[in-house]
Amino acid sequence: MSSSQPPLAGVSASTLAVARRQRVQDALFHRLTQAFSLLVLAALLGIIGSLLLNAAPTFKKFGFEFLWRAEWDIINEEFGALIAIVGTVSSAGLAMLIAVPLAFGIALFLTETCPVWLRRPLGTAIELLAAVPSIIYGMFGLFVFAPLFADYFQVPVKEVMGGMPLIGWLFGGAPNGLGILAAGVILAFMVLPFVAAVMRDVFEIVPPILRESAYGLGCTTWEVVRKVVLPYTQKGVIGGIMLGLGRALGETMAVTFVIGNANRLPTSLFSPGTSIASTLANEFGEAADFHLSTLFALGFLLFVITFVVLSLAKILIIRAEKGKGL
Amino acid sequence: MNPSLYRKRQLANRVGLTLSMGAMGLGLAVLLWILAVLFYNGLSGVDLNLFTQDTPAPGTEGGGLRNAIVGSLMMLTLTVLVATPVGILAGVYLAEYGDSSRTAELTRFVTDIMLSAPSIVLGLFVYAIAVATVGNFSGYAGSLALSLIAIPVVVRTTENMLRLVPGSLREAAFALGAPRWKVAVLVTLRAARSGVITGLLLAVARISGETAPLLFTALNNQFFSADMSKPMANLPVVIFQFAMSPYDNWIRLAWSGALLITLAVLVLNILARVFFRDRTST
Repeated sequence: MSSSQPPLAGVSASTLAVARRQRVQDALFHRLTQAFSLLVLAALLGIIGSLLLNAAPTFKKFGFEFLWRAEWDIINEEFGALIAIVGTVSSAGLAMLIAVPLAFGIALFLTETCPVWLRRPLGTAIELLAAVPSIIYGMFGLFVFAPLFADYFQVPVKEVMGGMPLIGWLFGGAPNGLGILAAGVILAFMVLPFVAAVMRDVFEIVPPILRESAYGLGCTTWEVVRKVVLPYTQKGVIGGIMLGLGRALGETMAVTFVIGNANRLPTSLFSPGTSIASTLANEFGEAADFHLSTLFALGFLLFVITFVVLSLAKILIIRAEKGKGL
Repeated sequence: MNPSLYRKRQLANRVGLTLSMGAMGLGLAVLLWILAVLFYNGLSGVDLNLFTQDTPAPGTEGGGLRNAIVGSLMMLTLTVLVATPVGILAGVYLAEYGDSSRTAELTRFVTDIMLSAPSIVLGLFVYAIAVATVGNFSGYAGSLALSLIAIPVVVRTTENMLRLVPGSLREAAFALGAPRWKVAVLVTLRAARSGVITGLLLAVARISGETAPLLFTALNNQFFSADMSKPMANLPVVIFQFAMSPYDNWIRLAWSGALLITLAVLVLNILARVFFRDRTST
């Protein structure tokens, strides 16, 4: 036999040809699907690259100072990101303060106290809340929530708390229903289902034996959740919270409608402000030249902030899921 | 037994569980409240004119949302045509070849981040590559921005659904001599079909209400246009502009549009769930 590959006994040449063709097809299919999956990575690099490229004039002019300048003067081209960063972080932070306890309550209810036949429909209802588009939350916030919020929360609270020393300044400003706190409340209801869904999922991976042992020792449901389920699922719960935070930071429409859109530093919970995303939504259409590059710089900052928060969230959730065998 | 401690523990339990039930009730109440508001404000504007007339000029009476509905449907269709093959093939790679590869691990991670990435930044990106370079806003750019949101959803659900297919099915096909690509396309993908379709439906539901990425890409168009290389009217942006306007009839149209979008999104979500449950239980 002089050929490099000795023919197998009983295998005809045509079968070998088929096998060879299939090997080529397999390699092609492998590379093709790989190329498509790499598209996602390419998109990420493209986003970072193009944002940086377009933001370059701003970063060149202001350098790192851009981060803590509290100016937004379009005519004189004096820009700083501080106002938008403060608005973004404070509205998202307030949203998490409201959403996390509520999400915990919902997850607790769905995994411990809810009758089994109700778990599925109620879980679906919460997931539908997540499906409602954010612009709907925005409209709801502006037309329905803000007037009620002004009359039944801001005015009475301002009357009671506004005069108090130390914390009184938090409740200053015009109680017109719009502002940082209103944006926080609307955001809270937007991210609530996401956080609740993650919490419910990680609560469910707690091994039944742990729960049953605690109940067997005479623990109440509350104690089982606080002292067994919660410590066991710590990482996943924090991951879920970070996931919600990532969403809240980057949310545009729900915030734009209710935050008040004022380009100055907020002085109280009721005062209007602006977030990075709402500044983009409001100003991008009329921006040109340098202003445009500033908006790209804001977008880049937003992307970096949310990327870091979401990465941490993902890492924690992965760790929580890996730990379920313990 | 210490009766006072016992009572305290009982009380803490009762308070905690009541509060958790209250949180659940609040969540449901908000959902129902939003739906009630939408129906109350939007239903009166839903008539034939809504579907046969275009968006009105400032200060004129009447009008409908025909151009916006058609624009949204065209952009959604194009997005599905782009996102389906890309998302499914990438998902197949992650599920069938992605166990031992570092890049697959990284891709999976990045996909998960992109799932929650701020959509307005994706709009900025598409503006930079498809609007600034071409010189005008266009329906194509809008579809591209929506695809960037839809693809991660399709990738992740496809991968998860393929992983649910039992390994014995793959092994049986391999034992019969089937090549890998045939196993992936004709065996596993077919077995996971209902799950993959569910993912597609969820992706469509996700993008049909997206407003932020369309602001800088498709923009808006007051007139009827089926030319996707020009600025294109679409429901979310029309709702945004009209809701913020001082005109009563514009605000009414915004509510009607909001009702249409929300109903579409909720129906898609429920369909996806029912579809998936029916197929997996048999």
